[in-house]
Amino acid sequence: MIVAQRKDFEQIKAAAADFRKVLVVGCGTCVAVCLTGGEKEAGILAAQLDLASQIQGEDKSFAVACVERQCDLEFLDELAETVLDYDALLSLACGAGIQLLAERYPRVPVLAGVDTTFIGINRDVGLWEERCRACRACVLTTTGGICPVSLCPKGMLNGPCGGTRQGKCETDPERDCAWSLIYERLAGLDRLENLSAIVAPRDHGARSQPGRQVHPAYLRRYSAHE
Amino acid sequence: MAERYDPKVLALICTYCTYTAADMAGSMRLQYPPGVRVVKLLCTGKVDVLYLLEAFRAGADAVMVSGCEIGDCHFLEGNLRAKERVAHAKELIAEAGLDPGRVEMFHIGASDAPKWAEAVRQMTRRAQELGPNPLGRQKAQSLAAEARP
Repeated sequence: MIVAQRKDFEQIKAAAADFRKVLVVGCGTCVAVCLTGGEKEAGILAAQLDLASQIQGEDKSFAVACVERQCDLEFLDELAETVLDYDALLSLACGAGIQLLAERYPRVPVLAGVDTTFIGINRDVGLWEERCRACRACVLTTTGGICPVSLCPKGMLNGPCGGTRQGKCETDPERDCAWSLIYERLAGLDRLENLSAIVAPRDHGARSQPGRQVHPAYLRRYSAHE
Repeated sequence: MAERYDPKVLALICTYCTYTAADMAGSMRLQYPPGVRVVKLLCTGKVDVLYLLEAFRAGADAVMVSGCEIGDCHFLEGNLRAKERVAHAKELIAEAGLDPGRVEMFHIGASDAPKWAEAVRQMTRRAQELGPNPLGRQKAQSLAAEARP
């Protein structure tokens, strides 16, 4: 899932300073799970902004809406009538959701209320860890399900660097060396031979343009109409 | 003439402990400030951060949440959750510009009527020291403005 964290309150307040009526738009998927931008968090932020503006004697209003997924047009359509009443939309979705909201309602300024941090896992309630960089060249089959791209600061693909110390990383003595983890996992699985093949350098060029993925059925459907 | 300020203190209290203590305080004829507004909840675990923010938006000068003593919650850990939420609400109202001392968590056992009376006195005193909630004053002004012909 996508993990995000709320921006600093002062930063959000400053971004909303120019607008009188603001709709705080939550997203009910990833950012709701990471307790950052769901319906509850949108309600809290709106209440907090309202408190702050009233204390300063400003005549402003903050309302709340929450859609199932801001990264999906069919869910954004339900805001069509509501957004007309507002001077700005303050989105608590990930970067993808914020962009689609802005694209769907180009006449209303869209403000970002969160910083998207990573693709990660839910380790515990209130604890998330990065696990994927969306590098488009997954090596998890050979690395025992442990990702060296996201867990190793250098993204090494063929074993550890010289900075590995007793299973820890030279960048931080608390941080596990991804390649030590991989070695131990593969040794446990009796699959150390996985490491004998040399992995070619990653094609960073593949990431130099925005990703776009088309399902074959989509192509079939729309090429038939051409 | 300066306007008289009687702090409005909202008390969100649990039915099993603090409400019983408050009831007993009445039977014992204990005196405490009359500006406290009691809302009885089944458990303080029901208290949500939004309730606390809404109370200040509605003009409360102070908000107290009072549950069972630690370890005595009828629902095992409702009072512990309330304690964390009150701590969170303190951060949120401080960011918005209100003194975090305007909201506080208490733990008062069912038989501890004097502690309830003292807690109400303490919160009322604190609200006196901090002055009226600026939102309450604005609300009164806007109501007065609406009432003008």
